Amino acid sequence: MQKPIATTRSATTIPTGKLAVWWVLASEVVIFGGLLCSYIMHRLGHPEFGDYAAHTNVWLGGTNTFVLLTSSYFAVRAHFEAEHGRGANAAKWLYATVGGALMFLVIKSFEWTHEIQEGLTITKNAFWSFYYVAAGLHGLHVIGGAVIMLVVAADAKKNKELQRVELIGIYWHFVDVVWIFLFPLLYIAK
Amino acid sequence: MATPAQEHSHAHDDHAHGHGAHDHGHHEMSFWSKYVFSTDHKIIGMQYMFTGLAMGIIGAFFSYVFRMQMAYPGHHVPLFGVVSPAEYNSLITNHGTIMIFWLAMPVLIAAFGNFLIPLMLGCDDMVFPRLNRLSYQIFLLSAIVLIASWFVPGGGFGGAWTAYPPLSAKSQYNLTPMGSSLWVIAVALEFIAFLIGGINFVTTAMNSRAPGMRMFDIPMVVWMIVIASILFMASVGPLIAGAFMLLFDQLIGTGFYDPVRGGDPILWQHLFWFFGHPEVYVVLLPAVGIVAEIITVFSRKKMFAYKTVLYTAFGTGILSFFVWAHHQFIAGIDPRMANVFTATTVLISIPIAEMMFVFVATLYGGSIELTTPMLWALGFIAEFIIGGVTGIFLGSSGADIYFHDTYFVLAHFHYTFVPIAVIAVFAGITYWYPKMFGRMLNETLGKIHYWGTIIAFNGIFIPLFLTGMGGDHRRIHNYDNFPELANERMYFLREFATVSLVILLFFQFIFIVNFFWSLKNGKKATANPWNANTLEWVAPSPPPHGNFAELPNCYRGPYEYSHPDREQDFWPQNEPA
Repeated sequence: MQKPIATTRSATTIPTGKLAVWWVLASEVVIFGGLLCSYIMHRLGHPEFGDYAAHTNVWLGGTNTFVLLTSSYFAVRAHFEAEHGRGANAAKWLYATVGGALMFLVIKSFEWTHEIQEGLTITKNAFWSFYYVAAGLHGLHVIGGAVIMLVVAADAKKNKELQRVELIGIYWHFVDVVWIFLFPLLYIAK
Repeated sequence: MATPAQEHSHAHDDHAHGHGAHDHGHHEMSFWSKYVFSTDHKIIGMQYMFTGLAMGIIGAFFSYVFRMQMAYPGHHVPLFGVVSPAEYNSLITNHGTIMIFWLAMPVLIAAFGNFLIPLMLGCDDMVFPRLNRLSYQIFLLSAIVLIASWFVPGGGFGGAWTAYPPLSAKSQYNLTPMGSSLWVIAVALEFIAFLIGGINFVTTAMNSRAPGMRMFDIPMVVWMIVIASILFMASVGPLIAGAFMLLFDQLIGTGFYDPVRGGDPILWQHLFWFFGHPEVYVVLLPAVGIVAEIITVFSRKKMFAYKTVLYTAFGTGILSFFVWAHHQFIAGIDPRMANVFTATTVLISIPIAEMMFVFVATLYGGSIELTTPMLWALGFIAEFIIGGVTGIFLGSSGADIYFHDTYFVLAHFHYTFVPIAVIAVFAGITYWYPKMFGRMLNETLGKIHYWGTIIAFNGIFIPLFLTGMGGDHRRIHNYDNFPELANERMYFLREFATVSLVILLFFQFIFIVNFFWSLKNGKKATANPWNANTLEWVAPSPPPHGNFAELPNCYRGPYEYSHPDREQDFWPQNEPA
């Protein structure tokens, strides 16, 4: 399909793709915002949530924070390479970012398996419901981001659609930021 | 950014190319790729419109069935049968759900938005045509899921369109284990479809305007659809999260809305209404935009206070995020908080009243032409004001404690939603029909349809204000079980409303006949049958693929009518000075 002329116009001087990514993030912010505000209201009304939070594994959560932040650094490197027109290098950094995403998910599954075995399941009480749903929704974003990154990397390798490297990078930073909110709220606030 | 000259030559090539492909395609493009899997914004707009109107017919049929039950309880309803309490609950729930999510939103925002935004901005399509198609496909899927939810064991969900837990969360209460989950899934899918569509609309309006079109040269209806899309985007997020929480409560037994496990059922009410009240303005603003276009064109006068209307719309949008708890005055919220929400609710009537006054000021001294679309637009103002004024009573927490969940509330919001989802929709369809289909609608049939609809509409809801004040509660299946409400006077009012509804529905057949008859036999429409200024009237009727032979430039605002220096009383936006 041919791109319509509409897509090539830029009255705001911001490229259309980037503008759309920011709007996607804006709508994501309110989805996570709603979920987290609901959690915070519950947390304030229920001191016992602090005791439940004590059962989370801060070390694994902390490691995952480190893993995600590192992967975001890789995304920045990919953007740098793409800006200089080096698609193949950009693709390599994107694969490294996907590696970070996979590592995050592996640690997460290890953590959840352990918790579920201890009987801390999603139905135990509202805290654990929030814990699994918020982290699960975030996990879905990690998976989605990684899949899109593979698609972008495949194109970047052939030096096609290099602007998309930046767009997926913006999205990846957002996924990172969400985790930065989730980690203290669910793990540290006891 | 491409200069206009570059872009034009580009457009020319493109057009020539497009023509080649088109001529070619005429033999090769199958029905499926042309009408079903099209990425053309006009076709997608039509898909939204016809799907929305079809759903609207189902919703209207539901209202007929339960109104018959209200007037003649326990009797056999023609075309349906005897209405059981469970069926009654499901009918009212799905009537509300359909009319808001599957009629008002798809037609007012998605259909008109898709059709009008690229045309009025003077470009050839949306910025993301495939995303646009995806948006419709998800929407269609959501409609199919909703329809499927009525036919599963246990029947359709009956916990009201607001779906308050614990009734909605536990199947041992609502007795619709599958129906309630399918309902939530359908609504969530619908939200996702509109999020995708909205991002497309906003990005298109921001980036793809015709060269020379400044912010204040954008036609009001486009502004309104864009503001509505942003409002939707900003308000629906928490409810998407809330919908998944409800779904998990239903399916795997999480404890979000379960007080025993530290959850809170009131949380849902907050999430729902934090979306639900801005949603009122999400559907209202596009309707106001349609009315603004029509009133200006048929007054042959410059729109009064364009910027004021625009700033008012921004103000309304912001304020609409601070009124939600007026739905919860009796839900046990803090009375001090109720005072705050009373104040914000009464405040929000000011910008809306202002818009109505501005439209009246546009009419003042104009050369008014009472065409069918103009009648609908005037009807919108008259009827919506009744909805607005009765809202003051409900926004005041003191009065609301008495009126809460009575038919007074119901009549009030139908005086806002019927002007939005019915009157403004007819205004828009009758006004843009020539552009959409290249034919004129029949004016006589249009006027008969208008008067039949407007008079019957008042016949339905004025009596319901009275039954509401008399104590009729919204969710009663059979008033014979309430001796003090089962008297002759109340039954007279209920019957009056029901008969009016049947008359209103009857008059809709005239519209359907007019619509399809005119498709074949209507007078051929010229490119600009109403002598309007906005860019969609520059394109041929109906516009071909790619819309314009040559993409237009924009030289002035959209409402330069009866300019003193000009012989003609209109001045198209694309005409160089």
